[in-house]
Amino acid sequence: MHDLLIALQAFYEEYGVLLLEGIRDTLYMTLLSTFFGYIIGLPMGIVLTLTDKEGISPNRIIYTILDVIINITRSIPFLILLILLVPVTKALVGKSYGSTATIVPLTVAAAPLIARMVESSLKEVNKGVIEAATSMGASKFRIIINVLLGEAKTSLVVGTTIVLGTVLGYSAMAGVVGGGGLGDIAIRYGYYRFETGITLITVIFIVAIVQILQGLGMLVAKKSDHRRT
Amino acid sequence: MSYIEVKNLNKNFIAKNGSVEAIKDLNLSIEKRDIFGVIGLSGAGKSTFVRCLNLLEKPTSGEILIDGVDIQSLKGKDLRFKRQKIGMIFQNFNLLEQRSVLANVCFPMEIQHVPASERKEKALELLRRVGLEDKAKAYPSQLSGGQKQRVAIARVLASDPDIILCDEATSALDPQTTQTILALLKDIHDTSDITVVIITHEMKVISQICSKVAVLDKGVLKETGSVDEVFNNPTSAATKRLLLIKNTEEQSEEIEENAEKAGEEEEINA
Repeated sequence: MHDLLIALQAFYEEYGVLLLEGIRDTLYMTLLSTFFGYIIGLPMGIVLTLTDKEGISPNRIIYTILDVIINITRSIPFLILLILLVPVTKALVGKSYGSTATIVPLTVAAAPLIARMVESSLKEVNKGVIEAATSMGASKFRIIINVLLGEAKTSLVVGTTIVLGTVLGYSAMAGVVGGGGLGDIAIRYGYYRFETGITLITVIFIVAIVQILQGLGMLVAKKSDHRRT
Repeated sequence: MSYIEVKNLNKNFIAKNGSVEAIKDLNLSIEKRDIFGVIGLSGAGKSTFVRCLNLLEKPTSGEILIDGVDIQSLKGKDLRFKRQKIGMIFQNFNLLEQRSVLANVCFPMEIQHVPASERKEKALELLRRVGLEDKAKAYPSQLSGGQKQRVAIARVLASDPDIILCDEATSALDPQTTQTILALLKDIHDTSDITVVIITHEMKVISQICSKVAVLDKGVLKETGSVDEVFNNPTSAATKRLLLIKNTEEQSEEIEENAEKAGEEEEINA
């Protein structure tokens, strides 16, 4: 027992700070990229919903342009996107490695995913309610805010948890090219230095973070849902 | 000139196998404070007609004058202001599911930028009017169909409308609830200057509260006039058909009632 404690303490002294920093960097990348992703993806999702042929401002040209852009970005595997974006990342952040730099490709990968999530959430909103708001003389802006976003909020929150999980997974992949965070640690220690224990521990941490984010998301979603009694 | 004037209204829908004429050359006048019923079987174009009155549906051709204003000439803000004075209630209630009953009734007033404190006060007053003051904090999913329609009526009244359009407003409700909703609408009409247009496929709805009726069949206006006139001396085959359906329904209801009574007696005897 005593030996185990000593071993644990030795492990902590050697890797503790590293792992804590890894968790911090992973959260930093995931949350910030998702945030920036929503700044781009939320308006895209709204525009997709409005300009759809069943939407309140049908516009085939705008819809098709957005649709194609999203499909292209969504079909590029993340690792390749990351490499393709190196010049852009360098221009924006000044370097192409480390957690801050990874936010750039993560955001680019998250935005189209978010746009699709938002689109599918908003399209679930009952057409009759949109019509009722129109009949009350509501402006399109008000319909977007109060009816589309207001009625879809539960589904939007669920979408956010899915996005967070996906972005977290991507952030770990970025470890291959020195992206920072837990994925980076797993690659450097676990893969290059054959310290399988470290890889396992980073995996445990990643799973735990996903679980917590998922749990929190579902809790918020449930609390915000008034559609069922 | 009448309060609502519909002249040569046509509405075509483009379908896969060509164009469908939902409304054909419809002419109709509705006077202020009428409770005007429009009846027809499904597919008669009555819903399309009522949706043209607030431009939820754009007429293919023809004119719609409300209080002398050609509503198709209104754009953007002007159209929105006009719509605020034309309330509409729906078969499926169309309440905001994520908002409380009180917030639903407040919604039209938010659209009209009524100050928050005033909104709440007026909404509570309207909920009292429809008998749901104790449900202010509830959510639509916790209400029965009849209660939801009462909320929808309170919501319509929140804009102080000149006209209320009812698109099959009682079709999702059972007969008793239909009665109470119609009684509420009648009461609202009798204590205000509101013109009511009711779209329905049920004769009973027309005979219970309407003063005038128009019969639509396959997009064509078959006859119109006071309810007594039209129902007592039907001239069109469409009206006769509707009357026939009504009579059969009444008969089957009688049979059901008798059966229930018989059942009760049996229980007593047992």
